[in-house]
Amino acid sequence: MKKIITTTLVIMGLLLGLGGLASAQKAKMIQVKGSDTLVNLVQVLAEQYMERNPGKALAVMGGGSSTGIAALTNGTCDIADHSRVWKQKEIDLAWEKGVNPRFFVVAVDGVSIIVNEKNTLDKMTMADVGALYRGDIKNWKAVGGPDKAVSLYGRQSNSGTYVFMQEHVLGNKNYSTDMKEMNGNAQIIEGVLQDEGGIGYVGVGYLFDQTGKVRKGLKVLNISRTADGQAYSPLDKAAVDSGNYPIARGLYQATNGKPSAAVADFIRFEISDEGQQIVVKEGFFAISPAHKASDEKNLR
Amino acid sequence: MRKKKLSKLKEAAIRAFFFTSAVLAILVLVGIFATLITTAFPVFKEINIGRFLSGKTWDPTSPEKAEYGILSMIMSTLLVTVGALAIAVPIGIGVAAYLSDVAHWRVREIVKPVVEILAGIPSVVIGFLGMVLFAPTIAKVFHVPHGLTALNGSLLLAIMALPTIISISEDSLNAVPAIYSEASLALGASRWQTLVRVKLPAALSGIIAASMLGMGRAIGETITVLMATGNARTFPHLPQALLESVRTMTANIAIELGEVPYYTTHYYALFAIGLVLFVMTFIVNLVADVVLRKYQEREQ
Repeated sequence: MKKIITTTLVIMGLLLGLGGLASAQKAKMIQVKGSDTLVNLVQVLAEQYMERNPGKALAVMGGGSSTGIAALTNGTCDIADHSRVWKQKEIDLAWEKGVNPRFFVVAVDGVSIIVNEKNTLDKMTMADVGALYRGDIKNWKAVGGPDKAVSLYGRQSNSGTYVFMQEHVLGNKNYSTDMKEMNGNAQIIEGVLQDEGGIGYVGVGYLFDQTGKVRKGLKVLNISRTADGQAYSPLDKAAVDSGNYPIARGLYQATNGKPSAAVADFIRFEISDEGQQIVVKEGFFAISPAHKASDEKNLR
Repeated sequence: MRKKKLSKLKEAAIRAFFFTSAVLAILVLVGIFATLITTAFPVFKEINIGRFLSGKTWDPTSPEKAEYGILSMIMSTLLVTVGALAIAVPIGIGVAAYLSDVAHWRVREIVKPVVEILAGIPSVVIGFLGMVLFAPTIAKVFHVPHGLTALNGSLLLAIMALPTIISISEDSLNAVPAIYSEASLALGASRWQTLVRVKLPAALSGIIAASMLGMGRAIGETITVLMATGNARTFPHLPQALLESVRTMTANIAIELGEVPYYTTHYYALFAIGLVLFVMTFIVNLVADVVLRKYQEREQ
């Protein structure tokens, strides 16, 4: 009897203690979660913002666009970074949970198709890129390259870039199960650098080294929309802005309804001229005036 | 009189504390198992359990048809684990035998702490080494386009399982009564014959238990395989699968659990994978326990 009483008291004591710890105050930090394509850019923007506004605190994490979207829906972040648009299912689920997502374009990206520099190809059509990633074509010689097996590098299903490529380049079909699913843009680049038959897709901001030049050992393919159309490079801002580069996309942030004053201030910084200069310095492209107008409207 | 009462109270309190600790350990285990079962159970209302366990394609976010087959991942986990044991068990027993029987005490003083330090290396560091050092080496040695393969995973897991296997095997070998070796040597056997024909069989139960514990470590390892095996969702066909990219169950859970909206089929399916892992590890530990007990009984 004594043993049971003592045991119960000890367990109750432990549980109360743990409960007390859990309800301890948390600092008021703006939580930003989501896209790996955006994570480096938003971290730099956040650092610059915090330098100019001491007293403000932001925490920026990756995890992939789908992770960010899920976090906003589940209420565990203030801003979700995403490099693809929300799926209808995700919007419906958010509404069900009382979350009303509002979207802001903070940068523009040209998804770049990279190959090893030893690959003889310089350009490809969108259709061929899709065929490679669906696994329909398994050897480079079928698309005019060297006689080597195609070695696919891609992202995982939590990545917005993965979903964006699937919708726009693969024609909404399944990826080849032979595709190596890497943890982020940087890992794809390292993989392609070491693999002569490798091909990968990364955000344009990841192509550059410290000096601002394209990483040595990588070749960025020019992509054409059709078999006889002109091929454009993702490094060409005019091509990305005009839509001539076929795999361009906006990079977004989402908030739950009208953003709070603190969050709105940060977004305002991101879309300002200062913020957009940082975007360009990180290798991405600035938003168009139309994007900016729509963002300002959503801030109100 | 009072002193006797006080010491009796102290003893009761200490006994209650130990009893509480044991109860808590059991509660935690039962709690984890209960959580896994209740969260995984809803998935089997929507997906046939046979198709779940025998389907080769895992693609829950597919735009074409969502697939929930985990056979490829079960086979990948087994392939990487068995590969790791094939490397770690012979080397581990060898090192244990060397340390217990052959080594000069000065060598022992150095090797034993080094082995324990090996156990303390964080798994993410080993994963990083695998990505950056082992993978390019494998690619060069075996003339394959890249080294993010099952073999890479097996090598890394072998490094992680070795300290466990060496420690426990060495303890088992040391626990063999000296009379056995003395009798064997007295009968004219060489030291090698004594080691292989007398000591190792006598310590077999401990060595098997050590291997099982190493196996448990290898099955459950997540971040190492996530970084170093390429995460391709294809079914591993032996023998070429050793030099191809694979995706283990643990890596899959790590990749997808962050992005999945709560309480959807995909969410429950991930917990079902966790349940399968739990059951596998449980069976491995159970077998180790039975073997240990059988040999102990035989000794008696």
